[in-house]
Amino acid sequence: MSLSRAEVEKVSLLGRLQLSPAELDLMTTQLGAIVGYVEQLNELNTDGIEPMAHAVPTSNVFRDDVVRPSADRAEILSNAPHADGEFYLVPAVLGE
Amino acid sequence: MTESTPPYTIVIGLETHVQLQTETKLFCGCSTKFGAPPNTQTCPVCTGHPGTLPVMNRRAFELSLRTATALNCNIATFTKWDRKQYYYPDLPKGYQISQYDLPFSYEGWLEISDPKDRFPPKKVRIIRAHLEEDAGKSMHDEHAGKADSKIDLNRTGTPLLEIVTHPDMRSPAEAKAYLTELKLLLTHLGVSDCNMQEGSLRVDANVNLHLDTPAGKVATPIVEIKNMNSFRAVEKAVAYEAERQYAEWQETGRKLGDPGVFKRTFGWDDVKNRTHVQREKEESADYRYFPDPDLVPVTVTEERIAAVRAGLGELPAQVRTRLEGSYGLTAYDSDVIVNQGRAFIEYFTTAADTGGDGKTASNWLQQDVLRVMGEQNLTIENYPVPAAALGDLLKLVRGGEVDTSRGRQVLQRMFDTGESAEAAMRSLGIEKVDESALVALCEELVAANPKLVADVKAGKMQAAGSFVGQAKKKNPNANPGRVKDLCLEIIARLP
Ligand SMILES: [Zn+2]
Repeated sequence: MSLSRAEVEKVSLLGRLQLSPAELDLMTTQLGAIVGYVEQLNELNTDGIEPMAHAVPTSNVFRDDVVRPSADRAEILSNAPHADGEFYLVPAVLGE
Repeated sequence: MTESTPPYTIVIGLETHVQLQTETKLFCGCSTKFGAPPNTQTCPVCTGHPGTLPVMNRRAFELSLRTATALNCNIATFTKWDRKQYYYPDLPKGYQISQYDLPFSYEGWLEISDPKDRFPPKKVRIIRAHLEEDAGKSMHDEHAGKADSKIDLNRTGTPLLEIVTHPDMRSPAEAKAYLTELKLLLTHLGVSDCNMQEGSLRVDANVNLHLDTPAGKVATPIVEIKNMNSFRAVEKAVAYEAERQYAEWQETGRKLGDPGVFKRTFGWDDVKNRTHVQREKEESADYRYFPDPDLVPVTVTEERIAAVRAGLGELPAQVRTRLEGSYGLTAYDSDVIVNQGRAFIEYFTTAADTGGDGKTASNWLQQDVLRVMGEQNLTIENYPVPAAALGDLLKLVRGGEVDTSRGRQVLQRMFDTGESAEAAMRSLGIEKVDESALVALCEELVAANPKLVADVKAGKMQAAGSFVGQAKKKNPNANPGRVKDLCLEIIARLP
């Protein structure tokens, strides 16, 4: 099973990516190749094998509830395309 | 509420998000303190910078376990966290770390009852409680028109417990009772401060109606109500929504399960007292959950679950039962006291034990202590009269050493000066009047007031009150109840 153009379109919508028709074609081919590659795993017989929730056989990794210094505001805001010194600025979020 | 029974049953399920009372966020060491300047409590982890690794806050998980256990939930021995993907500016990673198919707890219940008996006690079943991270806040200045929205990420990553009920509530009063009991439990456990103004507790309600029609039972389309910022608002919003849905059903006949009928989202407008549609069309809720590879699963042993259960202590419902059983309080009184929180419960039991009577202590706490606390904006922790000192005063009142109205003056004096009950009584010159002195006083009053005596004999009982007034003038320490009884006795013996 490869990826359909419609599926790539839906994924790009969910990811808020606006792709041109040419890009959609390219992505359909490229993503399809990746999915096809991973699909080889389906050839394995996994009957009777317990599914794993994590690739590493570890559990219960915790940290103590102790405050550590936060990042400097000016420094962390400088990573955003737009900020006003206090807030990140984004195109108007209306409605919900 | 209309007087006649409405021709439908309201069906309500509630989804509650509570911020856990931790010092730090769920996956990083940033402070969770409310009210800090915007974007001063963030770091590369909670703002989703590449190459960072979330590590779970032990305390957040422990508080979650406590809560779920107190909510009678099953605790999963194996649990994991998943990524819920959606794009929103206040969610910097592009996904929320939440729990999908293996929440840490499931299938519990919370019993609700109404001290005013408007509905019989019932168990509201809980589907699940899971631990996730909060999002940030976005603000939009509507007056500025098309101006940018501002994003504050201080809240991002705050530990959040989501508690989802079955649609088991059948009236706005039941929904409010559930929320009140849940809040009481959470604050009692020290799990959350449940401050709705600061967003520590947020509620969404799923509401629809079940109707009996000639064609059989039908249900109206489900509506999710958001933006309710008080329990009172939840009550009002649900009541409003029920009537709105009934009117809509009468007009359109649209019901649950019809083609093209989806769950809609409505917002509650607390100013206009109405709900309004926020989202009409079904949005493809495609969150593409998958296990978060950055977080390892958590396992909990049966021994640990048993230890958490054993360490819960007495829960609010059990305290109420104890106050009603051991102190003879009514359901209403025990509810008032337990709703004031742990410290108040302790204050009550100490005052009642010292004073020797639960009902008297309950009356004084509700009529005097709570009133003053309200007027002067005090908590029981900084109310200046210690519980045992109030208990001493109650013992004196019950023993007839001081009457109730002078007792109030004593309490006021204790409040103002910090004196003990006995010392405050001495300061006010209050001393018990000897019974023989009281008899002599009453005989004197009866002899001096033939007109009042005639009135009493004619059955005008207000006249007895005049004797009390006169006695008080002659000796302010005269116990009014005793004076009245004595005067009536003396008059009855007159020829
Ligand atoms: Zn952080």
